[in-house]
Amino acid sequence: MKILVAVKRVADPDNLNKIKLSAQGKVDTTGLEPKPSPYDDYALETALRLTENGTNTKARLGEVVVVTFAPKDAEQMLRAMLGTGADRAIRVDATDDALDGDLVARGLKGIVEKEKPDLVLLGYQQAESESNEVGQMLAEYLGWPQATFVGHIQSEDDKALLVGREIEGATAQVRVTLPAVVTVLDKIVKPKSVQSKHTPATHAYPEGVRFAALMAIMAAKKKPLAELKLADVAADATLKVKYGAAELPPKRAAGVKVKDVKELVAKLKTEAKVV
Amino acid sequence: MAGTLVVAELSEGKVRKSTFSAIAFAKQVGAPFAVLSLGAGASEAAKDLVAFGAQKVLTVDDPSFKDYVCERVAPTVAKIAKDGGWDTVVLPASTFGKDLAPRVAAKLGAGYAPDINLVKVEGGARRYRRPTYAGNAFSWLEIATPVHVVSVRQTEFPAAEPSGGASPIEAVPRAPDDAAAARVQFVKLEVGKSERPDLGEARVVVSGGRSLKEQFKQVLEPLADALGTALGASRAACDAGYAPPELQVGQTGRTVAPQLYVAVGISGAIQHIAGMKGSKVIVAINKDPEAPIFQIADYGLVQDLFVAVPELLKELKG
Ligand SMILES: Cc1cc2nc3c(=O)[nH]c(=O)nc-3n(C[C@H](O)[C@H](O)[C@H](O)COP(=O)(O)OP(=O)(O)OC[C@H]3O[C@@H](n4cnc5c(N)ncnc54)[C@H](O)[C@@H]3O)c2cc1C
Ligand SMILES: Nc1ncnc2c1ncn2[C@@H]1O[C@H](COP(=O)(O)O)[C@@H](O)[C@H]1O
Repeated sequence: MKILVAVKRVADPDNLNKIKLSAQGKVDTTGLEPKPSPYDDYALETALRLTENGTNTKARLGEVVVVTFAPKDAEQMLRAMLGTGADRAIRVDATDDALDGDLVARGLKGIVEKEKPDLVLLGYQQAESESNEVGQMLAEYLGWPQATFVGHIQSEDDKALLVGREIEGATAQVRVTLPAVVTVLDKIVKPKSVQSKHTPATHAYPEGVRFAALMAIMAAKKKPLAELKLADVAADATLKVKYGAAELPPKRAAGVKVKDVKELVAKLKTEAKVV
Repeated sequence: MAGTLVVAELSEGKVRKSTFSAIAFAKQVGAPFAVLSLGAGASEAAKDLVAFGAQKVLTVDDPSFKDYVCERVAPTVAKIAKDGGWDTVVLPASTFGKDLAPRVAAKLGAGYAPDINLVKVEGGARRYRRPTYAGNAFSWLEIATPVHVVSVRQTEFPAAEPSGGASPIEAVPRAPDDAAAARVQFVKLEVGKSERPDLGEARVVVSGGRSLKEQFKQVLEPLADALGTALGASRAACDAGYAPPELQVGQTGRTVAPQLYVAVGISGAIQHIAGMKGSKVIVAINKDPEAPIFQIADYGLVQDLFVAVPELLKELKG
């Protein structure tokens, strides 16, 4: 199976409460370490699990290509992903300001038409804009099936996937015939969430994503990393959505510490009037 | 005609409450609007949609829509929007709306404003505001295309109340499925069985963290019962199997904004806070005075939860 994974570099997702606003009212993430958006990391882990025998993760039984739309310094992220097991990387040169989700989707379509993968994996939403749109738009532009909010995948002979979509209070089980677009949740990296046809059913992965061994990082330096222009993959770079200024949400008024349960209940009754 | 098309969310033939948030948006922007009731049993459900001041309630009652499949539903929504000349299509920002809206937007060549918490109409221009960066920023956006697709957060658009009247119901034909629909087979729905009120709609939510261990239910259920309320949980509690997965609150769980949120033994990680910080009053019980949850709690109690919760229960009953 050949899998394309779309990855977005974002500011450290665990410290987004430290963002500031610039004088122009734009979100300023200075000081936060750039990292892959977590769900994209999970999408890569999913792709690796689908293209290997879990008991021997060194042999890739398929091809995994990672792609990002980002400036040059995102190559570091791509190199790290080549180190964890991706075979090739593509960077489409673009800044965030020149993109919206629709353009990323149209650009990805251009890449899919060249690469002809069986599956495109994406995070269900990226950690900064949290738009939750690129996968669905890409599926429409390709005329492919989409499966979003996926927390479980079972590969059936690499021709179809049985997926679990996590929706409010329920899991919808759906079978999609490839090629398809799938967007993943964090649940996808639980030990038994991905069942490839290559891996014994009894195999359990460690929780979370794998880390690259030093040797693999060295070897990855020789793996191909292509650079494309936006115009190579999307003929029309017009944006449909324009982001203006941002604001910081209202701070919650500093709360109080109560000394015991009695005081808590009293305050809930007389001050907050919620019980 | 210009105006708003509201796409109703149905579940087993019933209108979900999220729909009334989308109607609230339509009323706020002020243009004439229609509501589209689409699914198996859609014409019956339409009866619950006629008293909100819609110009009409459109129905596509089709057994093949029984189980939601985007590749079946999206072409019909897009066609009805186009044929009716509606310039805005609005859906609830539930998993249903978030799955469907971008595909519809792409079909219409329309810009999409996802998961908005505010809309401002100034002159002819409309600006949308939405939480980004795990709720740490509100970003404003404008749509450059003539048609807008929007999904609205249920927590910030309170359900519209019936305003009386009776909008005419009009059955409309469905459009052919996307070719891709042939490659999607709905297998089954596994519903978490909970007798408690739905998390998204409860007035009070009592949530527990990993620290409750196997005693999650034993400790929290009586408290939830006393407050007549829904139970929630942190991801760590769900992952460990102490709470069922559908209870998860946060970025990848449910977004809640009840009148009262009681966080019991929850540290307050950024991804948890993203799903509950819109709550009106937040109470935190945690034995660590430095726990980040205290930074957003209105009332913080530093105490062992296994002592505090039974005491709280006694005090509430007393
Ligand atoms: C991509 C991603 C998405 C995520 N999405 C979500 C999400 O949607 N929802 C979510 O909740 N998390 C989410 N998380 C996980 C999140 O980062 C935290 O790991 C999680 O919320 C922690 O849960 P917790 O507070 O129960 O556990 P912990 O962080 O372990 O905290 C336990 C707390 O209990 C307190 N405690 C322990 N014993 C007692 C006692 N006897 N009495 C009182 N207090 C006690 C401790 O002081 C501590 O503060 C996500 C993480 C990632 C990376
Ligand atoms: N600039 C980008 N480059 C590559 N992939 C992206 C980019 N932006 C979004 N994506 C992909 O689309 C997913 C959903 O993003 P979004 O719809 O923007 O929330 C992300 O998790 C990525 O997989």
